[in-house]
Amino acid sequence: MKKTFNPGRFLVLVLLCLLILVSGYYAFQNAADREEGIRRGLDIAGGLYVLLEAVETGDQEVDDEAIDRAIAVIRNRVDELGVAEPVIAPQGDDRIRIELPDLDDVEQAREIIGRTAMLTFVGPDGEEIVTGANLTRARAERQPEMSPYPFVSLEFDREGAVLFEEATREYFGEPIAIYLDDEKISEPVVRAVITDGQATIEGRFDFEEASQLALLLRSGSLPVELRELESRLVGPTLGQRTEEIAASAAAIGLVLVLFFMIIYYRLAGIIAGMALVFYISMVLWALTYLPTTLTLPGIAGLILSIGMAVDANVIIFERIKDELRSGRTIRSAMESGFQRAFPAILDANVTTLIITVILFTMASGPVRGFAVTLFIGIICSMFTAIVLTRILLRLALKSGIIGSGAYVGVKI
Amino acid sequence: MRFDFIGNRRKAYLLSLILIGAGLLSLAIFGLNLGIDFTGGTVLQFNLGEDVSMEEVEAALEPYEELEGAVVQVIQGRDLSGEPTEEGLIIRGPVMSEERRMALISDFRDRFPEMTGDDLRVESVGAVIGAELTRQALLSLLVAMVAIVAYITFRFEFKFAVATIGGLLHNVIVVLGIFSILQMEINVPFVAAILTVIGYSVNDTIVIMDRIRENIKHRKRKEYAEVVNDSINQNLMRSINTSLTTLFVLIALLFGFHYFIGSLDLIVFVVALILGVVIGTYSSIFIASPLWLNLQEVNLSLSRRRKAA
Repeated sequence: MKKTFNPGRFLVLVLLCLLILVSGYYAFQNAADREEGIRRGLDIAGGLYVLLEAVETGDQEVDDEAIDRAIAVIRNRVDELGVAEPVIAPQGDDRIRIELPDLDDVEQAREIIGRTAMLTFVGPDGEEIVTGANLTRARAERQPEMSPYPFVSLEFDREGAVLFEEATREYFGEPIAIYLDDEKISEPVVRAVITDGQATIEGRFDFEEASQLALLLRSGSLPVELRELESRLVGPTLGQRTEEIAASAAAIGLVLVLFFMIIYYRLAGIIAGMALVFYISMVLWALTYLPTTLTLPGIAGLILSIGMAVDANVIIFERIKDELRSGRTIRSAMESGFQRAFPAILDANVTTLIITVILFTMASGPVRGFAVTLFIGIICSMFTAIVLTRILLRLALKSGIIGSGAYVGVKI
Repeated sequence: MRFDFIGNRRKAYLLSLILIGAGLLSLAIFGLNLGIDFTGGTVLQFNLGEDVSMEEVEAALEPYEELEGAVVQVIQGRDLSGEPTEEGLIIRGPVMSEERRMALISDFRDRFPEMTGDDLRVESVGAVIGAELTRQALLSLLVAMVAIVAYITFRFEFKFAVATIGGLLHNVIVVLGIFSILQMEINVPFVAAILTVIGYSVNDTIVIMDRIRENIKHRKRKEYAEVVNDSINQNLMRSINTSLTTLFVLIALLFGFHYFIGSLDLIVFVVALILGVVIGTYSSIFIASPLWLNLQEVNLSLSRRRKAA
């Protein structure tokens, strides 16, 4: 049965295909943008990942509040670095996860986070006066009228204020050393008895140095000790190379897939190609605009979902071929092919979706990254295979460009 | 073209038994070559910017006693135009503290002034992390398998679920066995690859099971062996085409990672995926589907006996 050519439908088909290609182009452009695009994990873009464990020290036990303060301190330090989208989040009861992708100076970042800041004020006789736990505020301030030098203002909590008052009375005129861990960061001389817990450190520093000192003091109010469980640092060049190679290889692989589909399934292969382009743009949009990070395990999930997307089309086309071979017309073969392919596609995808949901809820880190991209991939692939491929094939049929089984690669 | 898969199922069973046996034996004797992600340890990768002799590297590492017995390896990458880049250096050793690692890097900077600033990788993992990851992955897989069984039993029947899980376990054991025999070092990406193998194998099997389910429904006279064989044959082109297209992407990735980057972790990752696709396709056809038939036959003979009794 030869169909007559329907230019109206054909035009719609062509426009739809163009739309898909254009949206694919923009999806790719958008996703590839280093700042606004897909958030890349450090294993493919470089960056820093640190997992810290809070350990109780002396009187400070590890509770939610202690973790929150530690996170605030780390965030404060990281913000000074100007990292685009830092993740500093609690994990479990006593852990903190830090992810800083796309960093230029990974070593510096690691060093700043790594500083386990235990701040102590020590008298000249080596006696500990007060610790950072009692320090509530430290800030660099400009003092234009009185002196050319800026200073650092400190504020202690009530307990700290009492302790500090005693100390300033005892060590009047003597220096008090301020240690951050084992490093002496300042040694101001006591010039007044501080009764209200409001102290200042003056010195011949410029504003930047004062800010730095204030920052170190603030970091020092870190109440618990943080121990490193895991640290991964990947330089930007190394990460970017991996990303470039993976992207190029994936592109080459996809072109091969398209060629294969077109050679094997002819016109239907072109339609499958369109569906694949649309599928990829959907995944790219989703990854760009959902709060996800693409990692190597995530790429594994994507490859699997690409396989399943192609698989869905292959299942449909093979079914259509079967129906054609059993003597149906192209039109009814197409409809019943879709119907018969549907349960297989549904069950295969739903089972895999169940796996992803379980992995996502139960696992963390890399396994979770895998589950997220696979989940997104399956949703997109089911949509394209079941909805888009069908729309395109019907349009092709109605426009009259598919006239017989030969157009889907069946010789009758 | 029609193949007699069911008639030859004993040969496939034998082959798979040999593969599984060899794999399990190797896993029992040699185990897997676990990388630092599982055992804990430190990996340092530098681009020294010049070709340096092993003696110079060893001298530079001398003050770091904790790295005694560390494995030092030279890798060669290429840029996108195919030109070889400078040789890279990979040092694998036990866990090092953060300060010592940073000290080592600045030491290397002093000794090898050509060393590039941003072409490095420094990873340190505590042993506890790897153990947690493995436990978490195994536990969630166990739950996932129960869920798969429940879903397939609901949509198909229990025997289909058993056959699917059988095929899945077959694939995982064979892939793990091959990695044990090859003693390729595995790290976190490998876990993701194994998960992918599982996903692929379930997906691939269910599509054939769907055919079997449909063909049983439409047939009056139920010769199960014939039904299964027909279903596999009807589905054959789809099995081949899907695995071929997935392999296209994977082989392109393998080539890219091997030729341009030379990073073993990435290569292991893709090799595991390739093995998974090939074995997964094989097992859906030769293991899972015949397995269902065997279960069905056992079931039938049992109910026949019950009737006779």
